[in-house]
Amino acid sequence: MDSKDNELNDSRRDFLRKGLVATAAVATGLGLMETACKETKPKTGETVKLLSPDGKIVEVDSSMINPAIPDSLLSKHNVREGVPGKKFVMVIDLSRCKNAGKCKSACSKMHYLPQERSYIKINKMQDSDKASPYWMPTPCFHCDNPPCVKVCPVGATFKLTDGIVGIDNERCIGCRFCMVACPYSARVFNWDTEYQLNITQMNEIKPHAACSTHVTGTVEKCDFCPTNTAKDELPDCVQACPNGVFYFGDEVEDVVSNGDETVRLSQLLKDKSGYRYLEDLGTKPRVYYLPPVNRQFPFKDVEEKDAEGQSSHDSGH
Amino acid sequence: MEPVKIKLDKSNQLLTDLMPKRFNASGKLWVGFLLVICVIGFYAYIRQLQKGLVVTDMRDFTSWGIYISNFVFFVAISLVGSLVSAILKLTNVKWRTPLVRISEIIAVAAILFAAIIIIVDMGRPERFWHLFAYGRIQSPILWDVIVITTYLVVSCLLLYIPLLPDIAICRDLTPASSKFKKWFYTFLAMNWKGTAQQYTVVHKCINVLAVLVVPLALGIHTVTSWLFATTYRAGWDSSNFGPYFVAGAFQAGCGGVLAVTYVLRNHYSLKKYITEKHFDNMAKLLVLLSLIYLYFNINEYLVPGYKMKTVDGEHLKSLFSGHYAPLFWSVQIFGMILPIIILLFKKGRAPLPVFIVSIMVVIGAWFKRFLIVVPTLLHPFIPIQNVPKSWHTYMPTWEEWAITSASLAGALLVITIFVRLFPIISIWEMTEEQTAPPQTNEQTNLYEAQA
Repeated sequence: MDSKDNELNDSRRDFLRKGLVATAAVATGLGLMETACKETKPKTGETVKLLSPDGKIVEVDSSMINPAIPDSLLSKHNVREGVPGKKFVMVIDLSRCKNAGKCKSACSKMHYLPQERSYIKINKMQDSDKASPYWMPTPCFHCDNPPCVKVCPVGATFKLTDGIVGIDNERCIGCRFCMVACPYSARVFNWDTEYQLNITQMNEIKPHAACSTHVTGTVEKCDFCPTNTAKDELPDCVQACPNGVFYFGDEVEDVVSNGDETVRLSQLLKDKSGYRYLEDLGTKPRVYYLPPVNRQFPFKDVEEKDAEGQSSHDSGH
Repeated sequence: MEPVKIKLDKSNQLLTDLMPKRFNASGKLWVGFLLVICVIGFYAYIRQLQKGLVVTDMRDFTSWGIYISNFVFFVAISLVGSLVSAILKLTNVKWRTPLVRISEIIAVAAILFAAIIIIVDMGRPERFWHLFAYGRIQSPILWDVIVITTYLVVSCLLLYIPLLPDIAICRDLTPASSKFKKWFYTFLAMNWKGTAQQYTVVHKCINVLAVLVVPLALGIHTVTSWLFATTYRAGWDSSNFGPYFVAGAFQAGCGGVLAVTYVLRNHYSLKKYITEKHFDNMAKLLVLLSLIYLYFNINEYLVPGYKMKTVDGEHLKSLFSGHYAPLFWSVQIFGMILPIIILLFKKGRAPLPVFIVSIMVVIGAWFKRFLIVVPTLLHPFIPIQNVPKSWHTYMPTWEEWAITSASLAGALLVITIFVRLFPIISIWEMTEEQTAPPQTNEQTNLYEAQA
């Protein structure tokens, strides 16, 4: 009788012990999940006037607004499908670039990027000590032998039939191998859950079919503006440049245009000795450069400012 | 195969010495310390999940940081399992027996945390399954996933199968009143009865796995090196990377096993089984491995240094005389050259100096991997410009340090818990050696010499 009582006590104790451990585990798990999913934004103190659904004007703190890109402005094109029958190519005339920066602003606006971020960069280059420095805009080169596509473990980046190297932000796992594989530093990473623009920046952007969704923790880059090219329009950087630096067109048709001039691609490259940057790496870029000779503008150095408007050192050597 | 007869009573000195013991005060303090580090790291990881990888100091140029260099370090350390279990076995080195299980648990813990730290580094860790659903076999990352998973499985087998007879001893010595302990050891012992046939199976398994694990070990670190060598970057675009990394891995792993062995030997009074001759021999092995690594280092730096190609030259200058010079030379001197010099002397191969040298080797190895990953990323072909000042350098944030430390603490915790649960020196293999018929001529068995 006694031993049976003891056995029952033991099994009860056992059950209570196990129950306590299980409850603690579940509670911890739930608590962790809550903290992980909670998004807390500090109040900015700025208020924005909005129209409520029943016609009243309300003021809310601007931190309450989630400036996600409106669905109506996003293009729904399939990133894995190219424009049939075309092979896009770009030619950048380095003799005309004076670092006006309009290509960068246009790219930022097109892709709903923060102002200081754009997929196209303008670099100060100097080929040797005796040569003079020049400005070199670098979009993604959409290489025909792309090192980034080779190394992607999940096929999140791929080469399309129209020459474009695309990114599928729903597939990307954020390993950043493509970023280290690219020798041209063309790719950028979405580091931040706060990557969205603030409400003021959103208001400044003209609505048109925006190409990029921004997914935190994935890679992004220049995509040659597929919503433009599908409509036979030039990418925004090409349209925005005031000095006609960018030519964009179709290798199949052998024609490129900078908005004003339309020329034969092969003739342009032959006449002005077009070359590709770091040709000997064998990546076969689809962006050609025309050398900086007979410059339109003398080179004027700008004191380099970083994103916060502070001047920064030229390079990190 | 003759079954090994182990007496399960108090008269068996091996059992008294080698059966796992409860933690004493310092043991509990150690476990508590490791747990605290793990909890802080876990909290830091929650922050990283909430806010994104922006909590690190990685940005568009230094897009790989200490998570990746820590990953390479873990893969390197894990090669020690194959060094002691397999290479020393296949070359018939008899004194390796007490060191085998220590090396194997280090290997398993290290490769496990290599996989964990890689998931921590991912921008979208919940998409980990994409690697299996959409994996591209053309990618070096997929090769790494395949070889590392295979090595993890083989190392677990190399740890578990020779452990079976010892688990059975634990099972048999556990009184029926400790119900959970009894169930635990019985479950893991897999019905081990100690018959001749079972011992034959164990020996055959160990022989096969020992042969299998050597190319695998070479494979994991070569493929890991190809994550860097298949790119164009200065300092990475080298055909020397495979052997360079493998040589470094064996050296670092040898240092690692020496460090852990010294601590266990002192804490659990194992001086009778891990003798000064063991340290002497392993130290000689460490000298050999360090010399081989020195050879590959000279190749890796002298050859591009002779040419000084434009971006290569900038990168090398920052290592030799620039921003990273203090770290680079400290790592080379304290992590490789001083160990060689100290261990060449007989006095330098006594247990305590060997322990200090092995700590130097391991710490040097961690920072060497950092120097392989980060300086190269700061020297792309197009000079870094028009970005915030902080993007020109890389200094890990507290979250990165916390998470990295937690991964190291976690690996040490796995080893510590293993030592608490199972005999860290193989009881049945020691019994087998001690009851073996005497060898001719050579003193291949260090215990006969002592007896």
